[in-house]
Amino acid sequence: MSAPRKLSGLQKDVLRLYRDCLRAARQKPEESRPHFRAFARAEFEKNIGSMKRTDAKAIEYLLRVGRRRMEQYMSANVRDITKV
Amino acid sequence: MALNLTTRSAWNAPAMRSLAARTFSATAASRMASEKPVNTKAFKIYRWNPDKPTEEPRMQEYKLDLNKTGPMVLDALIKIKNEVDSTLTFRRSCREGICGSCAMNIDGRNTLACITHIPKDETSKDMVIYPLPHMFVVKDLVPDMNYFYKQYASIQPWLQRDETPDSNKEILQSPEERKKLDGLYECILCACCSTSCPSYWWNQDAYLGPAILLQSYRWMADSRDQHLSQRLSKMENAFSVYRCHTIMNCTRTCPKHLNPGFAIAQIKLLLAKN
Repeated sequence: MSAPRKLSGLQKDVLRLYRDCLRAARQKPEESRPHFRAFARAEFEKNIGSMKRTDAKAIEYLLRVGRRRMEQYMSANVRDITKV
Repeated sequence: MALNLTTRSAWNAPAMRSLAARTFSATAASRMASEKPVNTKAFKIYRWNPDKPTEEPRMQEYKLDLNKTGPMVLDALIKIKNEVDSTLTFRRSCREGICGSCAMNIDGRNTLACITHIPKDETSKDMVIYPLPHMFVVKDLVPDMNYFYKQYASIQPWLQRDETPDSNKEILQSPEERKKLDGLYECILCACCSTSCPSYWWNQDAYLGPAILLQSYRWMADSRDQHLSQRLSKMENAFSVYRCHTIMNCTRTCPKHLNPGFAIAQIKLLLAKN
């Protein structure tokens, strides 16, 4: 078994945001949790491969936007979500 | 019927004549305006598109004839958006300096585009427009104000009292007590001062910045508010207030000619007294 790949700080930040999204989904009603998880995954996949690993400014921008949207969707008023 | 018609036309005759005269003079004026020499000025504007985050921000140049543009920088921006490039993005609302939406960095100074004149005499000089410095950019000239508003909410900008007056009467204030709020209540939270403060640039996460501190002092100075000690105790740390090193960029740049530096000094005085 090979050693786990070393991740850069930025890559860790991206993974942290994804994990936070999955955790936030757990606060939602049982039946809509899969929707939130699928939505988070689709949002991350939208940008996969669209930029270089060194485009730090662009990735940081997307992280900021992502975190803010997550905070918005964490509101108890948001009960369900649909993929667009 | 005929009588009615004649009377009406008799009534209208002088009015019609003056109207004709007015239209004539208006066309004459517009002809004179079109005969004015073209007075071109270049506007260099910061552009960044969030839909293509990997592209670097750039400066785009627009040339306008000042004789066909309104006197203010906001007029020029609106003209560019209407007639030249509809993708240019900026915030604007009241166009008279009361909403604080159009705060931006114009020729190196944080100010409101709607109350800043385009200098007519030095058209050879380009006008350079950036978004507010050291803020995250949402798009073009639109900064991200989220954290600024969170900081504003953290000072609890509302009247706090332990006791309510009897039978829902108003809480009275003497003219002298009211006078203490002059120069504080006019603040429109445009964030020009905070984003001109080097201390706020480097410690945005911990230092509240001049705009928020001025608002904070506005509630401390209010004679009707009873939570002065709680408000002060929140400020008793090395960062919230004491990152102000009286650089006074805030007072210099304030488009409403207020004095946030003085308000911060008053908070420091209150902290020293308590």
